[in-house]
Order: sequence, then structure tokens, then C-alpha cells
Amino acid sequence: MQKMKLVVVGNGMAGMRTVEELLKLAPALYDITVFGAEPHPNYNRILLSPVLAGEQTIDDIVLNTRAWYDENGIRLRTGQAIVKIDRRAREVIAADGTRESYDRLLLATGSNPFILPLPGKDLQGVLTYRDIADTQAMIAAAATHKQAVVIGGGLLGLEAANGLKLRGMEVTVVHVMPWLMERQLDRTAAGLLQKSLEDKGLAFRLEAHSEALLGDDAGRAGHVRAVKLKSGEEIPAQLVVMAVGIRPNTALAESAGLHCNRGLVVNDTMQTYDPRIYAVGECVSHRGIAYGLVAPLFEQAKVCANHLAQFGIGRYTGSQISTKLKVTGVDLFSAGNFAGGTGCEDIVLSDPGAGVYKKLVLKDDKLIGAVMIGDTIDGAWYFKLIRDGSSVGALRDRLMFGEANLGDTGHQGQNRAAAMADSAEVCGCNGVCKGTIVKTIQDQGLFTLDEVRKHTKASSSCGSCTGLVEQILMATAGGDYSEAPKKKSMCGCTDRTHQEVRDAIRAQHLTSIPAVQAFLEWRTPNGCATCRPALNYYLLSTWPKEAIDDPQSRFINERSHANIQKDGTYSVVPRMWGGETNSGELRRIAHVVDKFKIPTVKVTGGQRLDLLGVKKEDLPAVWKELDMPSGHAYAKALRTVKTCVGSEWCRFGTQDSTRMGQELERALWRMYAPHKVKLAVSGCPRNCAESGIKDVGVIGVDSGWEIYVAGNGGIKTEVAQFFAKVKTHTEVLEYSGAFLQLYREEGWYLERTVHYVNRVGLDHCKARVVDDAANRKALWERLQFALDGEPDPWHEPDKARVDLKQFALVGA
Amino acid sequence: MTYIPICNLEDIPVLGARRYRRADGKVIAIFRNAEDRVFALHDRCPHRGGPLSQGIVFGESVACPLHNWCITLNDGCAVAPDTGTVERFPVRVVAGQVELDPAAGIATELACAAE
Repeated sequence: MQKMKLVVVGNGMAGMRTVEELLKLAPALYDITVFGAEPHPNYNRILLSPVLAGEQTIDDIVLNTRAWYDENGIRLRTGQAIVKIDRRAREVIAADGTRESYDRLLLATGSNPFILPLPGKDLQGVLTYRDIADTQAMIAAAATHKQAVVIGGGLLGLEAANGLKLRGMEVTVVHVMPWLMERQLDRTAAGLLQKSLEDKGLAFRLEAHSEALLGDDAGRAGHVRAVKLKSGEEIPAQLVVMAVGIRPNTALAESAGLHCNRGLVVNDTMQTYDPRIYAVGECVSHRGIAYGLVAPLFEQAKVCANHLAQFGIGRYTGSQISTKLKVTGVDLFSAGNFAGGTGCEDIVLSDPGAGVYKKLVLKDDKLIGAVMIGDTIDGAWYFKLIRDGSSVGALRDRLMFGEANLGDTGHQGQNRAAAMADSAEVCGCNGVCKGTIVKTIQDQGLFTLDEVRKHTKASSSCGSCTGLVEQILMATAGGDYSEAPKKKSMCGCTDRTHQEVRDAIRAQHLTSIPAVQAFLEWRTPNGCATCRPALNYYLLSTWPKEAIDDPQSRFINERSHANIQKDGTYSVVPRMWGGETNSGELRRIAHVVDKFKIPTVKVTGGQRLDLLGVKKEDLPAVWKELDMPSGHAYAKALRTVKTCVGSEWCRFGTQDSTRMGQELERALWRMYAPHKVKLAVSGCPRNCAESGIKDVGVIGVDSGWEIYVAGNGGIKTEVAQFFAKVKTHTEVLEYSGAFLQLYREEGWYLERTVHYVNRVGLDHCKARVVDDAANRKALWERLQFALDGEPDPWHEPDKARVDLKQFALVGA
Repeated sequence: MTYIPICNLEDIPVLGARRYRRADGKVIAIFRNAEDRVFALHDRCPHRGGPLSQGIVFGESVACPLHNWCITLNDGCAVAPDTGTVERFPVRVVAGQVELDPAAGIATELACAAE
């Protein structure tokens, strides 16, 4: 069968990214020809600034070598501008008259720098800053000339000025606005930026209008010698760089009669008004916006490739963008609405002496914008909060101090990737060093955080080093890293969010995984390892006693009711109510350890014993001989209720915390939840049971009990927040149980209570549990209904639908 | 090929797996997917040696229980960008019986090379 012909006009980052995505999906669908006006293969335009600054070379920034085009059977025609599209004949016509016919046409013509219509704009030595040729011209000029003026104090202008300065020129930046980078920074941040650039030797003229460029020979078009401002000042310059903005390059599209409006207009599938013609990148106007940053272009590329591959899935719905300045030694970050306005509140930290300024803009309890200079480690975190649009009310008083302040561990307290050695470990979970990340980014041509995670595993486990990984990505590839979707789909099988799935299960009364997948139009036949456990939990928690558990959709630990270890053996943790045991249990444990030759016995942090290294075949016999209840140490469920000895023995104890803990544990065990749940009860405010870092922490005081919720002692230490003060044991049970039932009904799978409460707000939980007595009782009753008669999987395996055949080998 | 019967198809849960141990101690995982196709792989993830038989089976893949690498069942290849390969074994269903040739392992480095 004859392949369809795809012609790509524009050999830049957006066009080639689309081709790469297309090759992944449908490698053999098209016969591909690429036309590029520049003589180079596709290179990383974002890294022109480091090239200008002498930190990288042109070869370093090539993304697709000519060999890559050959290997993929793509015909590359460089130095070949397309001058006309004949839509009727379905042909493009190149400058030299060659014609190429197409079945599908992809326009990725990028943008052109805007040139101020000043007298003298055609003089020699007047450049724009857009491509390799411009960069090379600037490098050459810096070698022979002394003074430069950059017109435009935006991102690109400042990077150009910095590069020229590093190449030994005296540089003056002329900017028409009252402060630098006015589209990304407020006045204070811009002032700090200006100061740090002045310290590097740059000079500035703000609110300065350029009037003319003066040549060395008034009569003819000679070489530029100065920039004349409206104020009358003449700034000597043998090199003038205009960096006053870009305009989508739509000349070709317009000449072909395609609808353009400040960009080539496309729909959410990146299709133009001609159904055979798609467009991506800076030439495009999508929902009225033309993007100039790399992350949105890559998202467009992904969607466009999907439709070119005839999969027909996915829409581009716009991007949130953030900005970082690539000037070595200047840390700057800006995202969202940083200017504020009606109904907005600012939180500001300003330390001019240290060159640090941070402003966070909040509206309706949500973070909507951030500007930072001097210290940008938390940029990624703030950007995530902006994109997620979740409530930050609970974090508000600590928000300014960043994510690290919330208790970050795992990377030695480092917060500046640039200062780290290549051998320094960035990701403590997966043991990934900085050098490995840099090399992988370069070798694999990565641009987004997601890609770096997939290839290196860095920041893919606990995520606490995300900020560092992004800094490395920024420094190495210049990419920014925003994954666009404001709503995050559950997994690759669906575009639905966790919330949408939960809502549908309730509203449609769905009670099986296939029913959910059918109703919500899952793209895969039976889901994946990410969505199936979540669906199984949502069904069981929404329709208890009705939905039927699917063991094959549970992670192995919950399927075998033991914790898998790195060598494939299991660990067994029997339940010890409130951490209390007795001689009979200890004798049985000792007997089991001997009989089954269990190599390690460990006291856990949850006040019980862990038998490690049990063979899978032995599990059922071990459970039987222990004759103790399952500890559910393997499950997304109630784990332990840690207690101190309390008033029974302790001379400080005010309440019987051990008994309270045991009552809680007996009431709540067998309770599956979105994630593991840990409780603690302390008998006095000395808090020996560490109630302050538990999902529910109870602290006895002389007059009753204080209940704290949403603490966490894990990756990020999170201190539990005060929830309610009650008098009796019964009240402790009811309030704690009701809070946990709310979490069970509303939490997203694998969301700990701290993240759930941060998402919905503590006030939301208080309103439903503390303030509304009827609702509290209803929640508590629903929890008791769900737990009533639930089997212990170790001792009632049939009732618990445990697949007993899994333990034996076959064919033996 | 010397196939030996090891169990009934019904002994393996849909989207599940069972384990077979050879005389030399090597464990082979036998998977069953939703269309009742069976696959046999060395029960050892190319990443850190996790027992693939204990993973979640979906489509024609299994996710390793230790670090969630995905392995394609029919060719034993890790799903990109992870790389690596697992030894495959001939397996078939005859009249409801699962038959395995545990001696005829196929280690195909090449099959996985093309991404």
C-alpha cells in the first residue's frame, strides 16, 4: 500500500517534536519530508543563550542529527524555504521552484523577531536574536567590537546582554518600560534583578525610547555607531540587538488563504481551517493565545501527532506557563498572575541585602501567582500549587518558607543544583547522581520533568528532590517542565480524574471494574496497574457489601496479605492491640520463627513484631500457627494504633491511653482506606506515642481528649492539626471514625490524610464532622456498617476471597 | 519441544499468574490474560530481580511488584524507556490443560533492542 505523504514546513523544535511523537505512535504511516529555512538540522533554540555566553557550543544543542533523519527515513531539505502552498493541488513550492505534494501538511513556521521601524534599522551591525546565524553574528561582532546596545529588557534581551557581556563587550540595555521583564516580574523583583545584573557589569536605560540608529557614514548604509534616544542621549554601539518581541510567522499560511488572527488559528486538535493542514508551535494561535515557551509547544506536538497518527484521542486545551531566566548566577522564577488585583492578597518576603525577594499571590485561598528572585528552589512546588488550584489555606502561614520547610529529607538539605558536584546524589530514593541526570538529559534529548523521571527514575518515588531535578533540567536543556493538564487524569487508560471517577461510581451506582471502565470509556481493555487498584478501592468504599472485591486488581501485598520483600519473600506482622502483647503470643511467635526458620524478627515502629523472610508457600501455615489477627501491615488500611502506657502505670499520665488505643484499634481494624492509616494515643501532652505525626492523633489531657488529624511522619514530616476536643472515649471513637470515614469516601487513592486535608481544607472536614452532629453520626454509622462482619483474611480466607491456590507452586 | 502438563487453565486466575519451579530451582511464572492466552517468563524482573508472577497483569503486560517496571508478556521485553529482557518459555493450552516446556528457554536480547 502506498504510504500517505506528510510534509513538514519548519525544521524547528515544535515541528520535529511532532514528528518524533508521530513516529512513536505510527512509524510506518507516512512518507515524511521536512523543509527547513535554516541550513542546520533541528537544534534547541532555547540554548542559544548559553551558546552566546560561551557555556555551550552549537554541536551541544543539536537535537536531531542528520543521521537521525536518515535512520527514520525522513527526507530533510535544509536551507530550503517554502514560499507557497497550493492547497488545490496539495503541493508546497520551495524557493528554488521544487514542488512536493502532500496528503497532510504540518506547518511549524515559528515566529519572527519584531523589528522596530527606526531610522537606521538596516545598518550593518543591527541584529535580531532568533537563530544560529544571529548568534554567530553576535559572537563575531563581540570579537571585533567593543560596545553593544540591546533594545528590549525582556527575557531574551537580558540573556543576549548577559552573553555579550561575558564575551567582553560593554553592554547597555535600553528598555521602554519602567522596569525590566514587566510581563514576568513586579517592580520590586525587577529592581533586584537589575541590581544583580548591574553587579555583573551591565548598564541600563529604563523608560528610554530609541529614536534612531546612527551610522558611521551618514550618506550610505554603513555600520551602526550609536543608538540615539528620545532624550537626546547617544549611546555608542557597534552592535545593536533588537529583542523587543516576536510575531507568529504566518506569511506563508496567510498567502495560502488559511485563517490567521495574530497566529495561524487552530482548534483543540491543532488542525487549521483546512482539514489536511495542521499547525504547531509559535506560529499558532490557539484559543487566542500564541505561546512562545517550549512546554506548551510540546503538548501541542503530542496532541497533533496523535491526530496525524489517526488515533483521534486527546485535545490541547491550553497551558499554564512559568518562566525562568537563563542567566548563570541569577535565579529568577515567575508564574501565573503575579501582579494581583481585586480580591487578591500578597504574601511578600523581601531581603534586599541577600538579594532575595519572593511574592506569592493568593485569591480565594488558592495560590494564583508567584515571583521569586534569588532563591527559586520552590518554584516548581509553587507552580504545582498554582496548576492544581488546590486550597492552600492550611499551609498559608508556612507557604512562603517553601516545601523544604514542610520537612524535606533525602538530599542532604541541598537546594541549589548548580552548586552540587556531578557525583552528588540528587534522588535519595533511587540513588541517582547529578551527573547521571545531566548525561541522560543530553543523550536522550529530554525536556520535561516527566521524561527525566521515566529515564532516570530521579524524583519518581517520593518526589522530594523534584525542585533539584527541575533545576538540573533547566540548566542542561533549558526546558521547562510543566505538564499542562490542569486536571490530572488517573492514568494513561483514561482522561478522567480521580474525582470524576469517584463521582461517576456514586452517581451511576457502578459496582464492578468492567462497568466503570465501560461507562467512562476506558481506552485499554482491562486497565493497568495504576487504575485497577484505585477502581477496586473506590467501588468497595462507595458500595460496601455490594461491590465485590477483585483480588487481581490489588497490589501483591493485599493479594497475599503479607509484605513482599526485595528478595521475593514476605514479612508477616500479627496484630498486637495497642502495642500490648502477652506471654502466650510471644511463645507462639517464637515457635513459628523456629519451625519455619524465619531469619529475622524486628520490632516495628508501630509497636509490634515483624517476621521477615517468610516463604510464600509457608504463609497460610504461619498465620494459622500464630493464631493472632492480621496486622494489615501490608494494606492500604488501618495499620497500628500506637499508645503510651498511660495512667495505668505512668506517673504523669492523665488518661488511660492504652485502653483508648485498643478501643480505637478494635473499632477500626480491617478498615481499608485510600492509603495506609496510622493512629496514636498519648496519655498526656508529653506525647510519648508521637500523636503529632499521625493520621489521627489523640492526646489525653486532664479534662478529656484532644484529637489531631492529618499528620505524617513520612517523606515530609507534617504536623497534625488540631481537630476537636472531646470528653469521653465514645466521643473519641465517633469523631475519629467519622473523620476517617469522610476520608474513605472523599480521598483519592494513594492520597494520605495530609494531602486529602490539604486538598479539601481542614474547615471542610470540621464542618462535616465537628460542627454537624447529625452528619458525624451518619458517617460513623456508615463506617460501622462497612466494617461489620468484615473477615480477617488470615483466618477467614474464604470469606475474604483470598486466592489460596496462589501460595502453592504448580506442576509440583 | 517437550511440553509437560503443569495445571489446568482454571487454576490460574484471569489476569493472574502461577509459579512453576524447575528441578534446578529456577522459577517460571505462567500468566493468564483476559482472553485466556497464557505466557511463561522467568520469574525475575530484569531490573532488580522481582518476582513477576506477583505483579498486576493487564492487557498483555505485567507490572513488577517491586518497582513497577512493565514487562510485555509475549516477548519478555521491558516497556520503554526501561530496557531489559526476561527469558521466555514455550507454553500452550491443550484441552483446558496448561503445558509448559521448562527446558526450552528463549532469551531474546535482540527483540527488545528496537524501541
